[in-house]
Amino acid sequence: MSRTQFFVAVSCTLAIVLVLGVWQFIMPSESDSGRPTWDEWTRLLLLKDYNTRVVTLGASLLGCAGGIVGSFTLLRKRALMGDALSHATLPGIALAFMAANALGMSGKSLPVLLLGAVATGLLGVAAILLIRNLTRLKEDTALGAVLSVFFGAGVSLLGMIQQMETAAAAGLKGFIDGKTASMGMQDTTLITVTAIICIGCCVAFYKHFKLLCFDEAFAAAQGFRVVVLDIALMALVVAVCIVGLQAVGLILMIALLVIPAAAARFWTQRMSRMVVIAAVLGAVGGMAGAGASALFSKLPSGPMIVLVYAGFFVISMVFGPQRGLLLRWRRRVRLNRSIDRQHLLRAIYEVLDLSGQRSTKDAPPFATVAQLLRRRSWSPWRLKLAIARACRAGDVQQIKERVELTESGLAEAARLTRQHRLWELYLINYAEIAPSRVDQDADAIEHVLEPQIVARLESLLASSQSEFPESPHELAPAENAFLTRAAHGA
Amino acid sequence: MASPSQPSTEVAIPGGDSVPLSVYDLTVAYHRKPVIWDIGFDVPAGSLVGIVGPNGAGKSTLLKAVMDLIPRASGRVRVFGKPYRENRHRVGYVPQRESVDWDFPVDALDVVTMGLYGKIGWLRPVGKQHRDAAMEALERVGIAELAHRQISQLSGGQQQRAFLARALVQDADLYLMDEPFAAVDAATEKAIVDILREMKSRGKTAIVIHHDLQTVPEYFDHAVLLNMRIVAHGPMDEVFTQENLQKTYGGRLTLLEEVSEAMRRRERSL
Repeated sequence: MSRTQFFVAVSCTLAIVLVLGVWQFIMPSESDSGRPTWDEWTRLLLLKDYNTRVVTLGASLLGCAGGIVGSFTLLRKRALMGDALSHATLPGIALAFMAANALGMSGKSLPVLLLGAVATGLLGVAAILLIRNLTRLKEDTALGAVLSVFFGAGVSLLGMIQQMETAAAAGLKGFIDGKTASMGMQDTTLITVTAIICIGCCVAFYKHFKLLCFDEAFAAAQGFRVVVLDIALMALVVAVCIVGLQAVGLILMIALLVIPAAAARFWTQRMSRMVVIAAVLGAVGGMAGAGASALFSKLPSGPMIVLVYAGFFVISMVFGPQRGLLLRWRRRVRLNRSIDRQHLLRAIYEVLDLSGQRSTKDAPPFATVAQLLRRRSWSPWRLKLAIARACRAGDVQQIKERVELTESGLAEAARLTRQHRLWELYLINYAEIAPSRVDQDADAIEHVLEPQIVARLESLLASSQSEFPESPHELAPAENAFLTRAAHGA
Repeated sequence: MASPSQPSTEVAIPGGDSVPLSVYDLTVAYHRKPVIWDIGFDVPAGSLVGIVGPNGAGKSTLLKAVMDLIPRASGRVRVFGKPYRENRHRVGYVPQRESVDWDFPVDALDVVTMGLYGKIGWLRPVGKQHRDAAMEALERVGIAELAHRQISQLSGGQQQRAFLARALVQDADLYLMDEPFAAVDAATEKAIVDILREMKSRGKTAIVIHHDLQTVPEYFDHAVLLNMRIVAHGPMDEVFTQENLQKTYGGRLTLLEEVSEAMRRRERSL
């Protein structure tokens, strides 16, 4: 799991816990009228209200565009650029408002405000690139500095505006936290047009963006203009951020660009599918978040959308069929079990080797539990589990304290031991590792030995198929920490 | 500044149509990274050229400068008699394997089809004929059965073969390869060598950065010995001599290197 995924996971979980906590506090104190009635639910779900229709359509299209564009920026490893950009829009909005008022126009004109937002947003990105190129600071440092400075400047400007004229400035705060509920047809039209343009661009230039994200140098050698493509991708980010300001607010805008894409990555190993899944998650999350906000009038829409996304992310991270944690955990357990099985079989074989039992064929070869405990530094409990699993697999039979190898178990144990010794010999002869250390070193690697590697080992060590090498080191019982501790305790 | 052993005046005329690559007086001054000076050499058609030199000698820089991936301070590069951008469709590039993130959501076939993106053009989707061509390239490098495996699941050698297949699918006339033999298994090494030989038999040219000096005379017929400047270049038996190798690898602290180190220090102190 990469660091970004970890941070997204931790913050999402925290956010969910926080909201659930807050919910517990808020809900009981409210009167019955605060809870949505059945009628309100159906009105929402059937999109009966014109206003709800407009809002949910806008939010889902925005989420869809964010998921698509975000997939590319995530793979380009520029995910946080959108965050800097959206924070840097605030001073632009404030300045546009002031300028419009000074010129005698209405300060609330949306195009004017968004124009200002674009201007300082781009200025912020330019500042980051300048700092990165002119100094030896890394991009994340430049990003943190620029983001906070621009946001700080924006908040200060908003404060100044509020001192000047309180009435007209009230709407500006909405850009910070978002106010989906009051989104009008004008906003939704803007979002729709932008989303269609974004989706169109991403479909049209899908190959270009894919190549850019995967292998920049190859793209450039093929004659693709890497700089132009990067600017195009950044322009899409700008477009999504700007139209999204109204809906989710500039602080949470980054969630639309990062979370659906990051969640989608857990479900597939194909880029085209990742983009589609991110688009669907983005759209569904946007719709659900906006719907929740419409249902509970006190819940702001931006945070609701982000929380729905967080839910998607956590589910994807745990259950994702390609890279989910559950899957990886199961794989690891399976691997550990197969290693334990190999170690157990080899330990039995080494016990047989020590006691000279190997050649007798009349009675099934066995080792006692006590002998095995001395051979491996396992806890008795772990040994017991390993033996139980080996019994189920048909490798061994346990009769009281005796662990008997079955016929197939013996063959497998012999094969594993031989492989282990070949590898030990190789390490001693070719890697010049001391014979006393070689057992541990071989332990770590032998489980990945594939048949062709074993074949090469055989030819290297001039060892034929039938030959069985003696152990290159003494098979003295290994020190078992658990046994020693038990002895001292007694 | 003339290079000490091989005056570059002999390639004063830019290569004609038949010369796959002609480099004249190429100098790259690169931010805080190795610098190459006054590089000049011609590559004859149908040859397999090994570029050898120590770490930091500027081997990758040379290839990148040839393809206009990094700016040149001076010099001229001709690919089949024309600037690179006019003949780039005749050049196949195999970048260093470490240069990309292999945990990328694409499979081996996807990687190979990327070699065709330039031909497919804007707006058009990847078609069946493109996938077939990519599959054929994967067959040539011997990993067709891994076509639909995600690239992080491939071994290092298999990843390298996918990169090679991506260049092969372009059906270029000149191939530039940046350390294709680095950290690959024996089977991959053999597969790459076979492909190089096959290329040569079809009159194609390959310029390959190579690290293993022992196999250089076996794999290639021409050599470029590089250590910030050209130490020697030409047919293998003429230039791959103990003396030239000594000049390339020995005496690491030549004046040239000290100067470039001083330049790097100055750059850092600014």
